[in-house]
Amino acid sequence: MLKTVSMKSVLVSGAAALTIAGQAYAYEPARSAECIAPANPGGGWDFTCRSVGKVLTDLDYIKGNVQTVNMAGAGGGVAFAHTVSKRTTDESLIVAASTATTTRLAQGQFPGMNADQVKWVGTLGADYGVIAVGKDSKYTSLKQMMDALKGNPGAVKFAGGSASGGWDHLKVLITAKEANVENLPKIRYLAFSGGSEALVQVVGGHVDAFTGDISEVKGFMDSGDLRVLAVLSEERLAKPFDQIPTALEQGISSVAPNWRGFYVPGDASQESYDWWVNTIDELYQTQEWKDVMVKNGLMPFKKSGEEFTQFVKNQTLDIQILSKDIGLIK
Amino acid sequence: MGTIELLMQGFVVALSPESLMFALIGAILGTLIGALPGLGPANGVAILIPLAFSLGLSPTSSLILLTSVYAGAMYGGRISSILLNIPGDEPAMMTCLDGYPMALKGKAAEALATSAIASFIGSFIATIGLVILAPILAKFALKFGPSEYFALFALAFATLGGITGKNQFKTLIAAALGLMIATVGIDISSGVQRFTYNNLHLFEGVDFLIAIVGLFAISELFFFLEQHAGDGLKQVALNKLKLTAKDILYIMPASIRGALLGFVSGVLPGAGASLGSFVSYTLEKKYSDKGEFGKGDPRGVAAPEAGNNGAASGALVPMLTLGVPGSGTTAVLLAMLISLNVNPGPMLFEQSPDLVWGVIAALFVGNLVLLLLNIPMVGIFVKLLSIPPKYLMPIVTLVASVGIFSITGSAMDLYFMVGFGVLGYVLRKIEIPLVPVILGMLLGPEMEKNLRHALVLSDGDWSVLLNSGLSIGLWVVAAAGLILPIIVGPILRAKMKRPKDGLPD
Repeated sequence: MLKTVSMKSVLVSGAAALTIAGQAYAYEPARSAECIAPANPGGGWDFTCRSVGKVLTDLDYIKGNVQTVNMAGAGGGVAFAHTVSKRTTDESLIVAASTATTTRLAQGQFPGMNADQVKWVGTLGADYGVIAVGKDSKYTSLKQMMDALKGNPGAVKFAGGSASGGWDHLKVLITAKEANVENLPKIRYLAFSGGSEALVQVVGGHVDAFTGDISEVKGFMDSGDLRVLAVLSEERLAKPFDQIPTALEQGISSVAPNWRGFYVPGDASQESYDWWVNTIDELYQTQEWKDVMVKNGLMPFKKSGEEFTQFVKNQTLDIQILSKDIGLIK
Repeated sequence: MGTIELLMQGFVVALSPESLMFALIGAILGTLIGALPGLGPANGVAILIPLAFSLGLSPTSSLILLTSVYAGAMYGGRISSILLNIPGDEPAMMTCLDGYPMALKGKAAEALATSAIASFIGSFIATIGLVILAPILAKFALKFGPSEYFALFALAFATLGGITGKNQFKTLIAAALGLMIATVGIDISSGVQRFTYNNLHLFEGVDFLIAIVGLFAISELFFFLEQHAGDGLKQVALNKLKLTAKDILYIMPASIRGALLGFVSGVLPGAGASLGSFVSYTLEKKYSDKGEFGKGDPRGVAAPEAGNNGAASGALVPMLTLGVPGSGTTAVLLAMLISLNVNPGPMLFEQSPDLVWGVIAALFVGNLVLLLLNIPMVGIFVKLLSIPPKYLMPIVTLVASVGIFSITGSAMDLYFMVGFGVLGYVLRKIEIPLVPVILGMLLGPEMEKNLRHALVLSDGDWSVLLNSGLSIGLWVVAAAGLILPIIVGPILRAKMKRPKDGLPD
């Protein structure tokens, strides 16, 4: 589709970016870059591409523009397949990813593909998991709820916005596993087409509990219709979420960030990979990006380069084990 | 915040220059599409969805554009009914009955103006109904659990054939086809892939939009290729408009009654605009039998026009509040919203008041625009009727292809689109309606999901499906919707046919 970048032709624009990067790289970025959002316009991946693209061009990391290309299909699988088969050496391509990507990789939902086929660049924030109940629920703490599950794994029915085995479902399983609940496959999870649909069912009193992300619950939390039992982060979140206890505080070491980040093609040169890692690192520190995070409810979550690659490997492995536990995969 | 306040904020959105522009473009394009024989509002919206995508419009702008197209198509449908005696779509059929005789009497301009005014009244009253009913229903929607939703979807399917539907069996085939297509892709309740054959392009199922554009827009192209219909159609000449205040007052009661009836039938899932215009016309005829209905009575033009426009706005109520489309066109709008990651339902009113109220306010604005457009400028639209389709269809095809490609950037989707175009062509040839296919695709997975959820919640006890007054009520209406047409349908259709047979050609 797009041209592979000729390195010599971009010396001029590259020089400018290097001054900002403040470090000498053998790789110089192309005049323009492409960001694949593996979904329709309007979703999380689309947001990741568009907001990062905008900050990258505003701050002159990329001289031309960063074009967002929507490539929906198979929950990111079409874009992943495209990257590993047709764009293996494209150095001006980044692809948006999130926990949904690792989940599907772990569960073999991108047939014949795995996490090692691409290079993982870094994250730019996360949306943390929450477990919540309606205002009339008998549960007031996560511990209480988990104790009820220990007695009977079908005691609490959860509603979430992902398919069975998806991230919202896994959050419940991770938490229950940490709380030593046995018989995980017996935990009831109702899959809805989106977080808001699931929330309405919980607020309406039809389903016991909600599993989703912090950004989804603000409206009903403010109106008092929803009680958030725990946020699945390492520390308490900043205002206005500072009243919500973490699972860790309640003795359950469940942490579930839905990170937002990027990967690049697997055969892109080491130099270009280093440039992207470094650029994403610097971008994360800028005021412009901090403003984007505040405006869109993204919480701090930073991993890049080697550390991020290791994190993706671990997360994929964890999800694989969990998925086997509940019988989703063999 | 009160409804009025929200509506005022909506007007702030709707009156912004950008929104006004999209409302105006939508109104003009909609009227044009509606006026072309055979192209109804569902086709109109289907053709323009890709345009909204390729322009990269925001959800609010897209919805304003497309609801204006919807409203415009309802206005435009009457032009070919009156001048050519060919309804642009099914709801416009009733307008032929008195509109064409009026035109033959040399009162074509009056008939067009009357219908424009009645359309305005119909939309206006029904939009007020939407303002009042939608927030109430949105609150009420919290009462809808899985078993209630399941009953509601059953109701939507039961009333699909509708009273005016020609062949219940073909409707059933169409709906079943839609349901079958809907099973392709990941089953969210179990996380298992169904009928995907390890092909990545099938993992998320078949995209509604591609199916819609293929079935409606591309099949239209095939029909054109077949007919070689290069020439415009013969039409009644337009006279100079003479419309007095007295004439307008004369049609007022009929319009208001039509609007209310239309609104109610629009709100019922599955029933839609055809029922609205039909009931309005027959009741108006019964109510005032001293007129000369069937021979060019202005009230016979006003009632069905108010009725079908009323139903158009009414159908937005269940679509916005419950996510259940009340008509074919709202099904298309719903598919578009889902593709823009906007989930209609009670949360929409909580989370995107700008969008909901902006669109409602835009409906008011759009209707005013349409009224202003349609009275003085009707001559221009009439001229457009004589544009040979050979110039029009390539544009339609281009817009559709570019738009579909821009959604996913995948050539595979273009093949799918053409495939659906062929399917649409075949189905139309053997007179299987297309709207139930789309509704089957949209509602099937929801219905399945809700049934399974209900059963999980009850630990497998089927009686959960009748566990509340609300779900029992919905099942009763569903049963009535299924049985009544079989008994009443033939009688009504016989009545509908009679006045039409009496028309001179």
